[in-house]
Amino acid sequence: MYDSGKIIPGLIIFVLFITIPIWYNRGAAGSVPKPVLPKDAKVCVLPAAEIRAQHMVLLNTWRDEVLRTGDRGTFELEGKQYKKSLMMTCMKCHTSKKQFCDTCHTYSSVKPYCWDCHIAPVE
Amino acid sequence: MFEKALKGNNYYWMWLAFLGFFIAIAAVCYLRQYFYGLGLTGMSRDVSWGLYISQFTFLVGVAAGGVMLVLPYYIHDYKAFGRITILGEFLAISALLMCLMFIMADLGQPLRGLNVMLYPTPGSMLFWDMCVLWGYLILNALCGWVILTAERKGVHPPKWIYFFVYLSIPFAFSIHTVTAMLYCGLPGRHFWLSAIIAPRFLASAFAAGPALIVVIALILKRVANFDAGKEALNKMVTIIIYAALANMFFVGLEFFVGFYSNIPGHMHTLQYLFFGLEHHGHVYNNLVPFMWGFVVLFFVGMTLLVHPYTRKQSDLWLGIGCASIFFAFWLDKGIGFVLGGFVPTPTEEIVEYIPTMNELFITIGIWATGFFILTVLYKIAIDVEHEMEA
Amino acid sequence: MDKNRRNFLKVAGISTLAGLGGTAVVDRLVAGSSLAHASAAAGPKVDQTEGSKGHGEQKSLSGNRYGMVIDIKKFQQDPSLGEKIVSACHSTHNVPQFPEKKDEIKWIWMTHFENAFPQNSNLYRDAANQKHQLPILCNHCDQPPCVRACPTKATFKNKDGIIMMDYHRCIGCRFCMAACPYGSRSFNWRDPEKFVQNANHVYPRRMRGVVEKCNFCDERVGEGKQPACVEACGESKAIVFGNLNDPNSEIRKMLNENHTIQRNPALGTLPSVFYIV
Repeated sequence: MYDSGKIIPGLIIFVLFITIPIWYNRGAAGSVPKPVLPKDAKVCVLPAAEIRAQHMVLLNTWRDEVLRTGDRGTFELEGKQYKKSLMMTCMKCHTSKKQFCDTCHTYSSVKPYCWDCHIAPVE
Repeated sequence: MFEKALKGNNYYWMWLAFLGFFIAIAAVCYLRQYFYGLGLTGMSRDVSWGLYISQFTFLVGVAAGGVMLVLPYYIHDYKAFGRITILGEFLAISALLMCLMFIMADLGQPLRGLNVMLYPTPGSMLFWDMCVLWGYLILNALCGWVILTAERKGVHPPKWIYFFVYLSIPFAFSIHTVTAMLYCGLPGRHFWLSAIIAPRFLASAFAAGPALIVVIALILKRVANFDAGKEALNKMVTIIIYAALANMFFVGLEFFVGFYSNIPGHMHTLQYLFFGLEHHGHVYNNLVPFMWGFVVLFFVGMTLLVHPYTRKQSDLWLGIGCASIFFAFWLDKGIGFVLGGFVPTPTEEIVEYIPTMNELFITIGIWATGFFILTVLYKIAIDVEHEMEA
Repeated sequence: MDKNRRNFLKVAGISTLAGLGGTAVVDRLVAGSSLAHASAAAGPKVDQTEGSKGHGEQKSLSGNRYGMVIDIKKFQQDPSLGEKIVSACHSTHNVPQFPEKKDEIKWIWMTHFENAFPQNSNLYRDAANQKHQLPILCNHCDQPPCVRACPTKATFKNKDGIIMMDYHRCIGCRFCMAACPYGSRSFNWRDPEKFVQNANHVYPRRMRGVVEKCNFCDERVGEGKQPACVEACGESKAIVFGNLNDPNSEIRKMLNENHTIQRNPALGTLPSVFYIV
């Protein structure tokens, strides 16, 4: 091979470079997040599997209904009325953003812009 | 054909490096703005558009100005423009890219830019501006590239391209008309609320665009051994003279309507721009030097252009004349028109706008990026010409 | 052969035009139907013939149209009222206070008569109006120029006639600020987070790079409450809020009994805020 002195180190550097995510996070990426669930509330607005996968869609739907359509109607859950609201419904049970929202969001490296405007409960 | 941009003499690379220097500074400044917000600019709630939007407005005109080469060549079969039509098309491409960069620099939430397409709003002139700007950009890139490729191969361009060439002509007019409509449809901004804005924009565009092309053609003659031809330049100067006169006529009409009708709202901005506006004992006149610079440069440029000696004998004075017209209309449309429109505010107060250094460097950097792209495109076009001649 | 090509060009040209214009038509239809839907779904029934009185609105005869009557005299009698309503509004909605004037954001503020009504200029203004200030805010126009200008429908007229801002969608082009003939809109030139004192925890802040303005307290009105500034006036009736489309409402009674003026009515924006001079 011509120029093997340049090609082989080059290849090594290239491989190291594109595998940055693997060795940079070695070990740290392993632990599955354990969000702290509220103690007093037993049911969520949707079943666990659904809310886990679809909560962002639900929040967008609520947002559009309340803000754009002007439909501020409440919904019932186990005999209690709830508003369609992140700050006034979700965060009333999930009182800690750090221990609930952030655990998974940090793990999956998503940065939702909710908290640019919406105010998390005081911790 | 891009390989042609990779071979050049020292001056070519030095020029690109010079532009690259300003691009690099602007990149850093833009990152600062991106992470801090538009608060790093001099804009405020009362002067909510600044240098970015005013440069955008002017550059749409430069892009539209290219049609003054395309139209005579393709519609009237004016053969003398054959060699330089490509200069007009490539100038339009780089001017439009600058426009888009200025828009992006001006957005508070640049990452949401695609919302304009996700939620199309035909009632908004900005939506249509986006449509025609992208349309004109694609048309120019397509026509320029296809025709240049054909030329390189020594064959006639394919017939289908002429459909797009002809389509690009109304598009050129539409980009500046729609840009004028961004302003002239807004109630409560007297200076902008005028039906003459669109024709005035087109007139100044058809002077400033060709003026820039003449200056560039004269430079290319010296540095790149590319002669646009005396006849072509002469015809362009004629176009520039008439378009520039039309613009000044329209400006004069604005003065007449404002001052003869004596309606305060119609006079305020003109007073502010040209004479300074007194308010609560303070005279606000930041833009006065720019506007008189515009008037003086117009007369200097016009005198040079109409004089037979300059037109026939002296490339240097011809270049200075065209540059004067270009800078005059840059001061008029690229500074005065947009910034003046915000004075006085809807609540009859006066807030003046002074751009910050960060904002100035971003603005210079976007201009440098545009000229970088222009240089590369012209390098390709001229090398193809030289290849054909050899 | 040539004939074919000509036909092709014709078809291509027409379909291009149809493509450009077609989206507009479709969008208009969609927008029109959703508007009709919204007004049909809206609250209390009102007399269809009533709308022609008052200030010449033709549209939104069904459904609500919220408006405000501001009694300037009350603000002259009690000069502390202005400060109260401004701080009530700004603390309710987490409006930031910046140290620099250049970054200023305001939803409602006190200003002089000649600033609020530059079209009603008068060399010999009465002493009270020369001395005192009056509140100005978004006019929630029936024909809003800002909504027309917005390229993303981030600002829109909701079913109650309130001009809303969708901060999730705003791209920060500030076209609405140039379009507003009342200077009612502000822009978040920098991140407001650190400049909101004593945040109200049931209402969001805004983010950097979006436009904001008065929302007629849509979040309160939607729950049957009065806007924050109206509440701050106490029993004084300095500001009366209500449904302009309901002929029996208090606001219509006020409009009936008093001569009111609007800010720059010549522009045809049909403001929903009225002033008793």
